[in-house]
Amino acid sequence: MSEPKRASLFITCLVDFLFPGVAKAMVKVLRHYDVELEFSENQTCCGQPAFNAGFRGEAREMALTFLDVFEGCEAVVSPSGSCVAMVKEYYPELFPDNQELSGRFQSLADRTWEFSQYLTEVLGVTEFPGRRDGSLTWHDCCHSLRGLGVREGPRRLLSSVEGAELLELEKSDECCGFGGLFSVKFDEISSRMLSNKLACIEKSGAESVVATDCSCLMHMAGGLEKRGSAVRALHLAEVLADALEESGTGSQEEASP
Amino acid sequence: MRPRSDQFHKLSSEALEDSFLREALKRASASFHAAKTDAVDSMPDWEELRQRGHDRKNRAIENLPEALEVFEKNLRSRGGEVHYCEDGASARDKILSIIRSNDGSSVTKSKSMVTEEIDLNDHLEAAGLSVLEGDLGEYIIQLAGEHPSHIIAPAIHKSREEVAELFHEHLGSDPDADIPELTRVARKTLREAFLGADIGISGANFVIAETGTIVLVENEGNIRMSTTVPRVHIAVVGIEKVLPRRSDLATLLRLLCRSATGQRVTSYISFISSPRTEGEGDGPEKLHVVFLDAGRSKLWADPTQREALNCIRCGACLNFCPVYGSVGGHSYGWVYPGPIGSVITPHYVGIEKASQLPQASSLCGRCGEVCPMKIPLPDMLLGLRAKAVEAGSASFVEKLSMRVFSLLARSPRLWRLLLTFGRPFYRLVVRAGLAAVLGGPARRWSRSRSLPLPGRSGFRRWWREDAEKGGE
Repeated sequence: MSEPKRASLFITCLVDFLFPGVAKAMVKVLRHYDVELEFSENQTCCGQPAFNAGFRGEAREMALTFLDVFEGCEAVVSPSGSCVAMVKEYYPELFPDNQELSGRFQSLADRTWEFSQYLTEVLGVTEFPGRRDGSLTWHDCCHSLRGLGVREGPRRLLSSVEGAELLELEKSDECCGFGGLFSVKFDEISSRMLSNKLACIEKSGAESVVATDCSCLMHMAGGLEKRGSAVRALHLAEVLADALEESGTGSQEEASP
Repeated sequence: MRPRSDQFHKLSSEALEDSFLREALKRASASFHAAKTDAVDSMPDWEELRQRGHDRKNRAIENLPEALEVFEKNLRSRGGEVHYCEDGASARDKILSIIRSNDGSSVTKSKSMVTEEIDLNDHLEAAGLSVLEGDLGEYIIQLAGEHPSHIIAPAIHKSREEVAELFHEHLGSDPDADIPELTRVARKTLREAFLGADIGISGANFVIAETGTIVLVENEGNIRMSTTVPRVHIAVVGIEKVLPRRSDLATLLRLLCRSATGQRVTSYISFISSPRTEGEGDGPEKLHVVFLDAGRSKLWADPTQREALNCIRCGACLNFCPVYGSVGGHSYGWVYPGPIGSVITPHYVGIEKASQLPQASSLCGRCGEVCPMKIPLPDMLLGLRAKAVEAGSASFVEKLSMRVFSLLARSPRLWRLLLTFGRPFYRLVVRAGLAAVLGGPARRWSRSRSLPLPGRSGFRRWWREDAEKGGE
């Protein structure tokens, strides 16, 4: 490791409310690499639900709140690909008539990272230490993959963990059907997409499906549980934190997604 | 055709129940995926080609009015005629008057989505003409009395068994006929019709201004037949199809063929620049190009949505869309299904008649990724959603909840309260299994997914406690 890094945690609303275990796992992994972490309790929501529903005015208001909280940070790291994509892809375009503000958003976007990106691109991690026995399969979350270009990084990390067997997931880049409000506005279509996804996951034979976004994981986990499947849905951070425990199976204080 | 896009919910719900459709879509999607992936993987400079196609078509669309004028001048100079029609009704009337003034009675058509837009078949039949679709897929759905469910594969929702039954009923063929036999039967019937028709109607994949040329891409040969055998050829063309220069074409043809069917090139590409000239052995005596606007110049005038006119109708966004793959083309309620349909339908039929379409996407982004023209379809869907909200079409409940949501999110203190008091309440709902009783989104969610049960406290508390312990 070169000079020590500092990063500010962007713990998305969903993670804070439903999956704090994922955030703790991320903290554990980042601390392992001596990243000095900070967390502002003033953070709220990035505004993605409003933006996706077409409420640009509300999305702008929330983006400004986000800017208030995070503008002074060296780097922002988050365990959610879609919220990071909101910050990186859409914030800089939210105020097309205000160049100064757009520039500030662009600068913040350049310093904001999805967790696996931060590990592989900023910290340069290629091999992950530790051991975690079990078979895994990787689901490409849409916004991580197509918005942020996250594809090989997490796969490399997972396959470098001793004892972890990474199995191929058919149609790994096909949407699980979540899409935020889409999953309730068009719940029948969303459910069909989910059942297609779960069929592929079960076919992979893996014990767990791993991804980088808690909303997709919540969707897949909810579907797996509903159909009585033994497959678990885990965030990348949870798997890596488990590996650091070197206990083979790891321990979970909180329900995972 | 009369738009039913406002019934997307109902239509898609019915489609999801259709197990035949489900199988047909699964089969089609698998073969389209494999073909396109192969065709694209074999081209190392695919991304460069896409960029070039995007740039050229962008330029063409920017200069659309001028290019149309040049096309008209060049085609006229070689004996073709050009007409502009503002809407479907005037296009139908124009086409009918051309047919009447040429004493036409029987029409063969080649596959054209624009003629679907203006309901041409119904109109011509009502005027007493016989109309026969020459494309095999179009012919099948014409016999079935249906509309296309895919831009390039109109009968993709039909199984072989259904087609065999249809042909048995209408043409007296063996009810158990296999695909080669069905094709033979259709070919025989269609060939006779081609030879007897006096009017041929086609669409156009591109028209080239510089040379006054209509370009048509196909595999079956029906376009070649219906544009050369009948006395009169009428090409019905959306105004966005015009390219300024011949040198624009090669890039776009490569993108179209590979993205549509995964072919390097289709079996036939026809270039038509005039009616039959002296000394030529075949070709029509008269050639008419009917340009259709029908919402296109309005779309052109909107800089945030104009790129939708760059579409070359390859169908790739349909083939890779998980929503289209679940509900099929008819659910979209009008001519153009899938992501591109969800973008252009609101412009062409009116947002109030298609407000559900831009919502019917998980925004997974695959459409934008596979589009050979690099049309930012997900961003355009988002743009349409924003336009709908600006126009005040969101429901009162949605507007109110977004206001409240934003109010909470702008106040760290209120947000903290929400987290603190929301958690025990939410835990209670989940533990008591109340989601289904509470109704609304939670009930709809719970039909096929369980709700997650969080622990008693969130991340914030842990972080504070951890900090008190000195971290780590």
